[in-house]
Amino acid sequence: MVAVFSLFICFYSNASFSQDHEPNHGTGAQNEAKHGEEGDFDVTGFILDHVRDHHSWHLWGHTSIPLPVIIKTDKGFETFSSAKLSNEHHEPVIYNGNYPYKLVEGKIRIMNADGTVDEEASKKVFDISITKNVVSLFLTVILLILIFTSVANAYKKRGVKSAPKGFQSFIEPIILFVRDEVAKPYLGHQYARYMPFLLTIFFFIWINNLLGLVPFFPGGANLSGNIAFTLALALFTFVIVNVNGKKDYWKHIFWMPGLPTLMKIFLMPIELLGVFIKPISLTIRLFANITAGHILVMSLISLIFIFKSVAASAMAVPFTVFISVIELLVGFLQAFIFAMLSALYIGMAIEEHHDHHEDIPVI
Amino acid sequence: MLLEINPLVLPDPGLLIWSTLAFLILLFVLGKFAWKPIMKAIGEREKGINEAIASAEKIKAEMAQLQSDNEKLLVQAREERAQILNEAKAIKDKIIAEAKEQAKTEAAKIMAETQQAIENQKMAAVVDLKNQVGNLVIEVSEKVLRRELLNKAQQETYIKELANDIKLN
Repeated sequence: MVAVFSLFICFYSNASFSQDHEPNHGTGAQNEAKHGEEGDFDVTGFILDHVRDHHSWHLWGHTSIPLPVIIKTDKGFETFSSAKLSNEHHEPVIYNGNYPYKLVEGKIRIMNADGTVDEEASKKVFDISITKNVVSLFLTVILLILIFTSVANAYKKRGVKSAPKGFQSFIEPIILFVRDEVAKPYLGHQYARYMPFLLTIFFFIWINNLLGLVPFFPGGANLSGNIAFTLALALFTFVIVNVNGKKDYWKHIFWMPGLPTLMKIFLMPIELLGVFIKPISLTIRLFANITAGHILVMSLISLIFIFKSVAASAMAVPFTVFISVIELLVGFLQAFIFAMLSALYIGMAIEEHHDHHEDIPVI
Repeated sequence: MLLEINPLVLPDPGLLIWSTLAFLILLFVLGKFAWKPIMKAIGEREKGINEAIASAEKIKAEMAQLQSDNEKLLVQAREERAQILNEAKAIKDKIIAEAKEQAKTEAAKIMAETQQAIENQKMAAVVDLKNQVGNLVIEVSEKVLRRELLNKAQQETYIKELANDIKLN
């Protein structure tokens, strides 16, 4: 998956550099004319458009839900509807707030009077808008709270001794799976303390992975394939690991016991780097896997439009279904891996070493 | 630089802030209202199940113990029965033997008494017969002695007659 993704990144970054930067200097009409010449369909643009975040939630055709834009510039906070950033044809237009804003590649930029992007001023724009991903984020938070408080109530109502029923019986084995396969093997007897974090992170990632696979409204946002989201989660793991790290953990980083002094000095920067590489690897693993899945599915669907033939769907649709089913598995697997690696990192940090000859892997 | 070009791998600070906030809220709410009661309930149930299994094992062991006790008792009872049967048989044989013995001696006694009685009767009969014969001899002798004096021939016929009479008796 990662390999496929990195190929896509290379492919995309080259293609986007040549294609998608051009419209900045041209008008919409020229842009459309150019696309018309190339064959009506811009695959990389289409896929990137799906994978990235949006300031409005597109439902169907020309219908989309406008979302609130919250930006901070040197003139303070400013809030307005994203409907003001596009016209009835869904083309970006300039909105004159504190500055003249316009959406360029999905990002809010400050425009110059002559219609070009003011790069200097744009850097000052701090965008904390409620974007499509943020709405999806809130939806999943509400969904998870509803699901798990109802499950918790089921335990209270039905009593402890009775067998789980309904949704409770679907959730319970997964909770037990997280406890027995993720927490206990890596955290030992201290597992109970980290169970809330591991369960929350597992279900949070999983439900977002699943919602990302749903192509229409409540789903469709590529949240767990967004690097800011995965970075936020990895930061939690990073903080928990380093706040709970015992003396042995820091000792193994800065002064590896049982090695010659020269080797200790040599290992120190490597181990220190490992502290940061761990959360980075968590961030990129989840982001890359989920984004790669989305790109794969969209690419297969795009085949129909590339070949400009309905007959292509005979091949593209079964493949899409096949990949989507695999993505269901990947969605679960990545949530599990994220939780498992978090547990592993925490376990390594809180472990009391008795044998000073054992080695800690860097990543 | 790849990182500068591609917006995909550039973390958006807005989303980063919202994600952190959302996750904190989720962690707090779920930790307080979901994971705590759920984990507690699951833990309690597992404890209950373990206890139930342990008590079931205990009962099973007790049952096995009881069964082996029963079997032991059964074997013992069987042995006792056999013993009692053997004893009864021995007693029976003994009683039969004793009875046989007793009957034999009783029979022998009766036979001896009977024989004695027969002997006695026989002796009485013989004595009686001797007396009768003696009487008869005396009678005959008397008659003969009387007739002899009268007639010799007649005497002889008379004696023959008498003899015939005796035979008939």
